[in-house]
Amino acid sequence: MTSIRDRAAIIGIGQTEFSKQIGKTEHRVACEAIAGAIADAGLTPKDIDGIVRYDIETNTELAILYSLGIPHLRFFAGVTSGGGAVCGTLVLAAMAVATGQATNVVCFRARNRGKGSVSGSGKFGGGRPWEKTAALLTDAYQYHIPFGLVTPAQEMAMIYRRHMHEYGTTTEHFGMVAVTQRAHAARNPHAVMRQPITLGDHQRSRWIAEPLRLLDCCLETDGACAVVVTAAERARDAPRRPAYILAGAQAEGPIHIQLADYFEHRREATGGRAVAAQLYAMAGVTPGDIDAAMFYDHFSPAVLLSLEDYGFCAPGESGPFVVDGNIAWPSGRLPVNTHGGSLSEAFIHGYNHILEGVRQIRGTSACQVRDAELVLVTSSNTDPTGAVILRR
Amino acid sequence: MSDDSPSRPSAGTTIPLPVPTPDNAGFWEACRHHELRLQYCARCGAVRHPPRPTCPQCVSFDFEWRRASGRGIVYTFTIVHGPTLAAFQASAPYNVVVIQLVEGPFFVSNLVGCSADRITVGMPVEVVFEDVSDTVTLPKFRPAVA
Repeated sequence: MTSIRDRAAIIGIGQTEFSKQIGKTEHRVACEAIAGAIADAGLTPKDIDGIVRYDIETNTELAILYSLGIPHLRFFAGVTSGGGAVCGTLVLAAMAVATGQATNVVCFRARNRGKGSVSGSGKFGGGRPWEKTAALLTDAYQYHIPFGLVTPAQEMAMIYRRHMHEYGTTTEHFGMVAVTQRAHAARNPHAVMRQPITLGDHQRSRWIAEPLRLLDCCLETDGACAVVVTAAERARDAPRRPAYILAGAQAEGPIHIQLADYFEHRREATGGRAVAAQLYAMAGVTPGDIDAAMFYDHFSPAVLLSLEDYGFCAPGESGPFVVDGNIAWPSGRLPVNTHGGSLSEAFIHGYNHILEGVRQIRGTSACQVRDAELVLVTSSNTDPTGAVILRR
Repeated sequence: MSDDSPSRPSAGTTIPLPVPTPDNAGFWEACRHHELRLQYCARCGAVRHPPRPTCPQCVSFDFEWRRASGRGIVYTFTIVHGPTLAAFQASAPYNVVVIQLVEGPFFVSNLVGCSADRITVGMPVEVVFEDVSDTVTLPKFRPAVA
């Protein structure tokens, strides 16, 4: 049976600076990141014939073509969702280059999230989408927004409260994720937040939506990240060490962040577990083989649930697993979000996690895991979702 | 995305309200009459919420509305401090709860007549109705009278 196993590789990465207000348009930051990724791959825009983006991305393929002088595309696609899209872009790009539908595919995410930033138009054109909630609700939002359940923090708070109830997880467990990732970010020159924090700082930070505090929440960042994906046989000629996509998977299950239909099913039915099963089967590896993980972390407890769903610890054991230092670089069993993640490096809708995964494979991370050979990168762990395993 | 149209006015300081569709009017109209109704498959009898045109169990398009007990438990909850939508910020901190009805389906709602420190997962609740405009009534819940 054909598969994308080991058929494609990331040969170029690019990014802008990350800041709270970058003072550039979303289009400009997209172009900067993509141009950087193409140059890093040793290519020119003339070599690019595919683009994959999030479907909520405001930069269209056409806009990218015009600005970068890409002659024409043979392959273009958008992946549904925001944080649920991240790794799905790599899955699609790998399918395209493995089947000859494209030769070199750019995947990217550009987002100006800060207040007062120069953003695109429409609900998803930068800023906070929920602040643009319509006055009249015709879709499934009508079952929760009228009750004041509006933001991702509020929606996810419901899921985390339930985890606390079922397993005894505590907000101190959340806090140790934030503290650990900030320690990683302190070494990362790209990180927006580099000042170390303590568990006390976490516990004193203000409530956003209980049980989530400010220091449990991701940053709101301006910036962009991009990669270039090519076929594995071509990747050997790239100027930098390729990060081969050993395996990739997507899943759409019933556990969407949007709560209206959420609880018809237990959270364990989420796509994360389905993705993990597909991913490890395709890769032929087990969780114990993974050297580092870049988990989507819009909120710190998302890391806890991902540790469980991807098989690094049993359900309910993620809190103690983190408190015992297992996700901390360099000594932990599984260093997690070694760039600081969305909590401390930047919130580029998870795309900076892919770049950090590539840096770990290249050996260039500021928190380099020695001889890292296999790195797990995940999309947001509700539905839809996805993940890849990168290999050296 | 479906609601990305720039022509639609945003909520601002008014609470966004539901607009019934042919698929769910039976639910919202019953709320206006202070009655909680659930959608049942007319073929296999399965209950579902939120309303939708098909039964996810048997894919029948035939359904009926039945009066619900209005009783359930708090399955999970949050206390919102903000930031949140401007229309709700003045009410913060406020609760939002997920209710599991005794019939099975889950509801996002608010618990009224109960301070935040008294809300616990598993507490029994019952429905009350809040008329929020001339045309819209929202089902809310209060601690059940023992």
